[in-house]
Amino acid sequence: MKTLDNIAVGERAVVEELKTSGAMRRRLLDIGLSTGAEVECVGRSPMGDPSAYLIRGAVIAIRARDCRGVVIKSY
Amino acid sequence: MGLSMTVALAGNPNVGKSTVFNALTGLHQHTGNWAGKTVATADGAFRTAQFSYTVIDLPGTYSLLAHSAEEEAARNFLCFSEHDAVVVVCDATCLERGLNLALQVMEICPKTLVCVNLLDEAKRKGVEIDLRALEKSLGVPVVGTNAHDKKTLKRLTERLDALCAEEIKTNPKQLRYTKPIEDAISLVEPLAERSFSCRIPARRTALALIDDDESLIAELDKFKTGSSAEQEALNAAVERARGLLQSSGITPDILKDRVVSCILQTAEEICASAVKRAERRVSKADKVLTSRIFGYPIMILMLLGIFWLTIVGANYPSEWLGTWLFGLGDLLRGLMERLSAPAWLSGILIDGAYRVLAWVVSVMLPPMAIFFPLFTLLEDLGYLPRVAYNLDKPFCKCRACGKQALTMCMGFGCNAAGIVGCRIIDSRRERLIAMLTNVFVPCNGRFPMIITIIALFFVSAGGVAGSFLSALALTLVILLGIFMTFAMSKLLSATVLKGEPSSFTLELPPFRRPQIGKILARSLLDRTIFVLGRAAAVAAPAGAVIWILANVTVGNATLLGHITAFLDPFGKFIGMDGVILAAFLLGIPANEIVIPLCVMAYMELGSLSELAPAQMRELFTANGWTGITALCVIIFTLMHFPCSTSLLTIKKEAGGWKWAVLAFVIPTVCGVLICAVVANLARLFC
Repeated sequence: MKTLDNIAVGERAVVEELKTSGAMRRRLLDIGLSTGAEVECVGRSPMGDPSAYLIRGAVIAIRARDCRGVVIKSY
Repeated sequence: MGLSMTVALAGNPNVGKSTVFNALTGLHQHTGNWAGKTVATADGAFRTAQFSYTVIDLPGTYSLLAHSAEEEAARNFLCFSEHDAVVVVCDATCLERGLNLALQVMEICPKTLVCVNLLDEAKRKGVEIDLRALEKSLGVPVVGTNAHDKKTLKRLTERLDALCAEEIKTNPKQLRYTKPIEDAISLVEPLAERSFSCRIPARRTALALIDDDESLIAELDKFKTGSSAEQEALNAAVERARGLLQSSGITPDILKDRVVSCILQTAEEICASAVKRAERRVSKADKVLTSRIFGYPIMILMLLGIFWLTIVGANYPSEWLGTWLFGLGDLLRGLMERLSAPAWLSGILIDGAYRVLAWVVSVMLPPMAIFFPLFTLLEDLGYLPRVAYNLDKPFCKCRACGKQALTMCMGFGCNAAGIVGCRIIDSRRERLIAMLTNVFVPCNGRFPMIITIIALFFVSAGGVAGSFLSALALTLVILLGIFMTFAMSKLLSATVLKGEPSSFTLELPPFRRPQIGKILARSLLDRTIFVLGRAAAVAAPAGAVIWILANVTVGNATLLGHITAFLDPFGKFIGMDGVILAAFLLGIPANEIVIPLCVMAYMELGSLSELAPAQMRELFTANGWTGITALCVIIFTLMHFPCSTSLLTIKKEAGGWKWAVLAFVIPTVCGVLICAVVANLARLFC
């Protein structure tokens, strides 16, 4: 099971499901991470975390620990 | 002029919503290029040939499913407040997310107009939007705009007129969920229709009840109308609907998901047919600004650069203003003498009120007038979210939120503004940490003070080299403040505000070309004049008070003498003296006046005709200042009780005096401890 924190900069993936609940799940859905959404990792911050992801046309920074709840499959 | 109409302006954060608002109403509400800038609703007005409009600018949100204060505020307004139409502002470069909100708004308010903003920016990025196709699939009027282009705004107001006059009939796209959810809704809908009297369609109410959306239900309860029998029937229907969902394997969590995904999917489908896009690439600038190697050095260099420009640029205007204002003061005193005004009156008015005021204006105005535009420029470019992105990891390690970097940056302008800005942080614990530590960043009232002392005691060289050294010293002081912010955040997280860091998502908006004219106007008028006005309003009366204290004799000394003598032992212990401490205490309403108050108090002992740097240094040294005193004053300026405005703001934002007291105590204790250590070590070794 691969999660969003495992993709390298420049790599793309498709969201399979969200493994979080409550407020964090809502947050992730709000920024467009629903099943089937395409995601690309576009950068990492200087200390390696958070990373920036291109999601539905916007670049959004997410921490690795929050990304662990997003199950993905390869693009 | 005709009927009056109320229009709500909704939209995602950062889509130029406030710019549209300003363009329509001409009201200068400050907008920033980061998520969550509008934290409270603002309103303005404009007129068309047909109607006179009141516009309510709602906080920027991604959805109305209400999980943050902004979302709740926006949703409650749309659901329960009187309005005639809603304009949803979307960003043409990422329309999908905008439509996600638009669809939710349309579900509540059929009279909605969708405004696709930033069309020019989208075009530059190779995004093409078929507005007509969009209008057809949404079933509500769609207008494309560029907020800086008056022509496109005219189209917006024309169609808004038509919508309000009901010349346009809308047929909003309905959200259709999967069969079990639709079945559950239809069980509850007819009963919900009868049980509440408000503008929300029964279908939406039904869904909220089934979903057990607590925050919306709490609001809905105020609009209950049905008899108790009807209420019971409604509750029974809700239970049946939940049972029905449960039997199809839809748990409450899955239901929430399905609802959100359905909205997102609908938005996606609509976009697929109306938008042609080239891929958004990450700019080269971003790669450098957030890179492992250059990220932090660039941040520090920017800080240094801004301070250097501020110091260099402010030098001459300050001197010139000082000479001119003090000259005017002498003229005024001459005038009062000629009118044979009593000495005490010209003392209070000229030597007290006027002199302190003149000092505040000449020392504060030039750096502010340079710093604010430079800072607004960074804000407009979109650099600040990158700062938060770069600093999230260290903040996370202190169990705080990276967005605290944004509120910290706002603190450079004004701590009270930084504290209000903390609303962008979702978790209450992390928000309180950000509020309580905001004061460790010296605001515009304090860093000119630090610059003055650096120039008087530490950097004697003039010219470019001198100003560079001053900027470097100031940057070091600010880095100390940032270090204290981290240390205190960590300490608070381990003690009074225990807890784990919550989640963090932050949009990194595309860099936007700043509009120089607007930046100047906004930063000079809105910020500089505002902050200076506040300082001046305090400076004059405080000057008068200290003149009185210095000139009324009780027993064998003046009132000021008694106060400073009382504070002197403690002041000396922490490397300063009673006069400085008294000035800090009197400076609670506005820190800007601390140095001028010191000068005034010392002048009662000596005499001074003008305030050139050499004479000021002489005055201070004559009153016992050494390099260590200056260092302690700088440290104490960085770390002491916040100004009264900041304290009141914390009380209001955090909800209780407890937090204001804590905000008073924390930096004061830090400042006293560090100064005491510095002063006593110096005594040992020097």
